[in-house]
Amino acid sequence: MSDELLPVSPADDDALWVRLRKLTAARIGLKRSGASLATAPLLAFQLAHAQARDAVHQPLDLEQLAADLAGFGLPVLDVASKVEDTQTYLMRPDLGRTLAPDAAVRLAPQTGACDLSIVITGGLSARAVQSHAAPVLKALLPLLRKESWRIAPLVLVRYGRVAIGDAIAGALNADIALVLIGERPGLSAPDSMGVYLTWQPGADTTDADRNCISNIRPEGIGYADAAFKIGHLLKAMRERRLSGIRLKDDSDRLLLGSTD
Amino acid sequence: MKNTDAHLAKGRTKYGATIGAHRYGFDDLKDLLAKASPQRSGDRLAGLAAESREERVAAQFALADLPLTTFLNEAVVPYERDEVTRLIVDGHDRTAFAPVAHLTVGGLRDWLLSDAATTPVLTALAPGVTPEMAAAVSKICRLQDLMVVAAKCSVVTKFRNTIGLPGGLSVRLQPNHPTDDARGIAVSILDGLLLGSGDAVIGINPATDSPERTHRLLSMLEEIRTRLDIPTQSCVLAHVTTTLELIRKGSPVDLVFQSIAGTQAANKSFGIDLALLKEAREAALSLQRGTVGTNVMYFETGQGSALSANAHHGVDQQTIEARAYAVARSLDPLLVNTVVGFIGPEYLYDGKQITRAGLEDHFCGKLMGLPMGVDVCYTNHAEADQDDADGLLALLVASGVNFVMGVPGADDVMLGYQSTSFHDALAMRDLLGRRPAPEFEAWLQRQGLMDEANRIRPGELPARFQALLPA
Repeated sequence: MSDELLPVSPADDDALWVRLRKLTAARIGLKRSGASLATAPLLAFQLAHAQARDAVHQPLDLEQLAADLAGFGLPVLDVASKVEDTQTYLMRPDLGRTLAPDAAVRLAPQTGACDLSIVITGGLSARAVQSHAAPVLKALLPLLRKESWRIAPLVLVRYGRVAIGDAIAGALNADIALVLIGERPGLSAPDSMGVYLTWQPGADTTDADRNCISNIRPEGIGYADAAFKIGHLLKAMRERRLSGIRLKDDSDRLLLGSTD
Repeated sequence: MKNTDAHLAKGRTKYGATIGAHRYGFDDLKDLLAKASPQRSGDRLAGLAAESREERVAAQFALADLPLTTFLNEAVVPYERDEVTRLIVDGHDRTAFAPVAHLTVGGLRDWLLSDAATTPVLTALAPGVTPEMAAAVSKICRLQDLMVVAAKCSVVTKFRNTIGLPGGLSVRLQPNHPTDDARGIAVSILDGLLLGSGDAVIGINPATDSPERTHRLLSMLEEIRTRLDIPTQSCVLAHVTTTLELIRKGSPVDLVFQSIAGTQAANKSFGIDLALLKEAREAALSLQRGTVGTNVMYFETGQGSALSANAHHGVDQQTIEARAYAVARSLDPLLVNTVVGFIGPEYLYDGKQITRAGLEDHFCGKLMGLPMGVDVCYTNHAEADQDDADGLLALLVASGVNFVMGVPGADDVMLGYQSTSFHDALAMRDLLGRRPAPEFEAWLQRQGLMDEANRIRPGELPARFQALLPA
């Protein structure tokens, strides 16, 4: 079943496929050997997968992140979830949603009522928040300060899921939880950050109560656009006192034609 | 030394087995099924898994001694509260079941592996097999057993071509694009068709489930199919309510797609029930678009989806998955696709667990008479890689899987996971001597895409494919 010669075929890297590949990031027109992938596209795939795997297993550098966030005029705290290692994080999403026993004590001194709690956690790509959290907040915070938002201390969590923001916003007596989290990495996007916003989160909160902005990274939704979208959603949430599916249509209309 | 007492309560628990001096008890049928399940992270997450390896095997001993009739008398999800249970119980074909009615679960395994269980015998049995019976026997099978039995099952379905014939391997062409860009999708379709993919269906997962966008994609697929005169079917994998609305508005809908699960509550979380699926099937049938057959439904499933929706009723994820096949079976589908590794490591942790789940799903579906395909896939947070995918793909093709996925370079740039590629399907067709649906294969030949040895080896771009090139 071996071919003595590589077939002359559209899978050769000819001008046609060079042109067509501009239309999609999909791996089209890959060079073949017989039925199988030729060596170059095989190794290109292996490299992309290796990078995505490394992104999942790279730990969040809390010290560096705290340093990057130090200039924003907000205290920076770090608290732990009930997860202590990556394997547990991957297998037990319930523990990643729950604060460690000492977290309440660490958050307790900060409990003056406020509008917004901002939580940053590595999720499935620490690299995403390591790279994008500070630039997005740098663009967002001035927008919020103009509108006199009362913002709780920034909270960092190493192994957190989205819902850990519910507990933190509750402990900090904040109306809205804003969670910045590393998304499940794809081969072409190992560093994509997601943002989840929830109005008055609590024990009954479900995913349907949240609004999400996904694919925040320079090649996806850029920092300024992300900050703009977050700002608009926050404003709509505060005005209408709700979040999630019921807010979605309204906010989409609001954003339409603005920065997209 | 082991003893089992599967019939009546002796002491505190309903089912049990004694290993040496230790008696393992199991509260009820669902507890027994869960404890007998080969290890996977989702059952542990749900708090249902066996506490030790020995307990797991004790449960397998007890399960093996359980009469199959037990499953007709004890529901794992209450009949009164769940329409899927009612479908399973009320729809059970006792005549088809009769040849195995006297057997235990272990006896069924032996019988399925025996030479008496030929392809026509298994075809006749299928309506008598409940999901829980299929799940139970799968739990005491090794991978090899799952393969040997599944390979004896034959399920053939038809719409514009014939899928699932002996020696066949069809491919769903999956040309997704992150923003549903028509040109980006078209060039992925071009690539797939040249490499012999698309005989199961050309099916797009839309990035946004809106009627307008779905209509646009359906129209585009229709134009490509008719201009190239391809004997296949197309589908946009939108929610069933979107598709139903579009059928009424006159969009060119070949197949109705929907994700389904094994409990009423999980289906509710998907925004569906049995009546809605039936309505959608009737609407699609009324269009009379199939040329060689009338299988108009395309379903996707996957272990863990019920737990993920907190709708599993304390039943292990593999048994719940098999119950989804009862939903599919009632609607005479063209394609049923278990998307085995998509859900992530909290349900199936690594390549080993994904491999076992893929073969279990294929076995249970085939035993129940369904046209099973498998999306051999994994995410980047699972402990799996291309070697794991290669292994499962080869095992499934050897087991006679009806179809697999064809994704450009195995990298789905919209859904962000790795599936199987056009090249993977070609390599399997060559390695194991499998062929596309006959109508589609004849079309490939007419386009000049096959060589003299009947292998798919595209040379020059066929002239009529220029229609797919963007201006």
